[in-house]
Amino acid sequence: MIEIKNLHKSYHMGKNSLHVLKGINFTVSEGEMVSIMGSSGSGKSTLLNILGILDEADEGTYTLDGTLIKNLNERVAARYRNKFLGFIFQSFNLINYKSALDNVAMPLYYQGVKRNIRVEKAMHYLEKVGLADWATHLPNELSGGQKQRVAIARALASDPKVLLADEPTGALDTKTSYEVMELIQGINDEGKTILIVTHEDDIAHMTKRIVNLKDGLIIDDSIVTQVRAKTNNYV
Amino acid sequence: MSKILSKDSWTEIIEALSSNWFRTVMTAFGVLWGIFILVILLAAGNGLENGIRQGFNGMATNSMFMWTQTASQPYKGLPKGRRYNFKTDDVPAIKQSVEGLQFVSPRNQLGGFRGSNNVVRGLQTGAFNVYGDYPEIIQQQPMDITSGRFINYSDIQEKRKIAIIGSGVKSALYDSGEEVIGSYIKINGVNFMVVGTYKKKGSNGDPEEMQKEIYVPFTAFSQAFNMGDIVGWMAITAKDGYSITNLKEQIFDVIKTRHTINPKDDRAVGNFDLFQEYTKLTGLFSALNFVAYFVGILVLLSGIIGISNIMLIVVKERTKEIGIRRALGATPWSIRAQILLESIFLTIVSGMAGIVLATAVLWFVNYQLDGMDTSEMMFINPSVNIGVVFIALTILIVSGLLAGLIPAQNAIKIKPVEALRTE
Repeated sequence: MIEIKNLHKSYHMGKNSLHVLKGINFTVSEGEMVSIMGSSGSGKSTLLNILGILDEADEGTYTLDGTLIKNLNERVAARYRNKFLGFIFQSFNLINYKSALDNVAMPLYYQGVKRNIRVEKAMHYLEKVGLADWATHLPNELSGGQKQRVAIARALASDPKVLLADEPTGALDTKTSYEVMELIQGINDEGKTILIVTHEDDIAHMTKRIVNLKDGLIIDDSIVTQVRAKTNNYV
Repeated sequence: MSKILSKDSWTEIIEALSSNWFRTVMTAFGVLWGIFILVILLAAGNGLENGIRQGFNGMATNSMFMWTQTASQPYKGLPKGRRYNFKTDDVPAIKQSVEGLQFVSPRNQLGGFRGSNNVVRGLQTGAFNVYGDYPEIIQQQPMDITSGRFINYSDIQEKRKIAIIGSGVKSALYDSGEEVIGSYIKINGVNFMVVGTYKKKGSNGDPEEMQKEIYVPFTAFSQAFNMGDIVGWMAITAKDGYSITNLKEQIFDVIKTRHTINPKDDRAVGNFDLFQEYTKLTGLFSALNFVAYFVGILVLLSGIIGISNIMLIVVKERTKEIGIRRALGATPWSIRAQILLESIFLTIVSGMAGIVLATAVLWFVNYQLDGMDTSEMMFINPSVNIGVVFIALTILIVSGLLAGLIPAQNAIKIKPVEALRTE
């Protein structure tokens, strides 16, 4: 699904240049659930941005679902993001003047889906994350966990190949974190490929594979036994 | 492109604009005010113009009046201070030698303001202006024939002693309900049959005096009052496409040659150039119009700059939102289109509100004016035509586009990564 070869990325700030990614090689196949770990400055967010076609690598190749992602213009990049990727952010990034339903329907809007179909689909995903009753609520009427679930529904709405989650539980307490992780695990069980950037060990162990980054290089890449996040396990 | 005008994009725009009502309204007010001022100024100019034009009362404005004065320079042995008269022969001479004249009407006049009583009918007497005229005069100084007819060429040829009297004359010499047509009046001792009555409109001059005139055929006048071939004065109108102001020197030259007057004598022929006066007024109106546009558009401009400013702030505020949209698959074009449409929408809606408000004010003013007799007013029917409204709308759309351009460009410069990083 994802294939990265010899990925390099530097940031230039004035005369200083910061070499963030120093040759990353890794592949993710369909249905995997991978967590990317590393201390801050290890390059994990940069990697995720490149994977999310929000940023472009200086060197190396990135193939997503058989499509080489290289030198895209913004229009094509936007289309690929819409088609291939669903984003989940630490700070939810919902549009605060739109209802939960409209937020979920947004990727479909950019796909040019008709309004009634859009609403239907968005409703379906809201039901899936258990928030059908909150469809008409604005984000600021929802709790953190609910917001993140709306965000997850939104990420799923366009039926992407890969879900990219950047610290999805970073702004949530443990209980809510586990609830969200349970949801994400459920989505993975249905066969969706998921990449999670996190620096929390317990969250990382709820995935099936942990990739450890340090100073722009992968220092460890291992399969782990998945810990189920069933809420009753906690307490 | 079809997406731009779909219901969804409008929903997006309304949502975005209504997320901060107060600011949206305040911003819209700038443009509203600008277009309001523009429309009101144009309408006021128009009203003034209508009022002044009414004063001309449909008179052939491309006209001048010409009379004799005394020769101010000696010429060919003739002394200065010499008096002379136009002759009937001058009329065909002018027509022949000057091209582009529509009417050359010789006129004679009797009586005048505060003159002694010169018209008698039975026991009633009155002092009225009596004019000897050609039929064309009605096209140069329009009047409404309220009954009967005006002078025609048979009257001229046969020197018929007929008269067309004004409503003022009628009320002075006749009892109400009395039959006027076919009756006789005695002008300076000569009987004339009344064949028509007229009424004049307009505010130029003395409106009461204007109704106290009697028109008789020029030839009958000359014969009845011993004028011989003397012409008192002339009313000359140029054809469309010619300007009497340009032609009048030629006319004076003809007169000067025929009456042995020094060609350099500027004071021998007196004239009043209606066209020149009219042109001055027209110039004034163009200037007024220009001022209206100038002020209106400048005020509008400041409104537009206001919108542009607010859109910049909106883009800044929504940096993150734009980043999210980009991450969800919004193309740069769709972001730009949204900002532009928001700006145009805001401009047009507020502009329309301004136009509506101005129209309401104009309607009220017209409603108030309606109740009054406007015939002597300098201000009538302030209005703007639909063309001006279209111009205003075009200005609005273009300016909405301009106002949104820079903000929209700023919006697509935002990189999704950077937008999402601001936390």
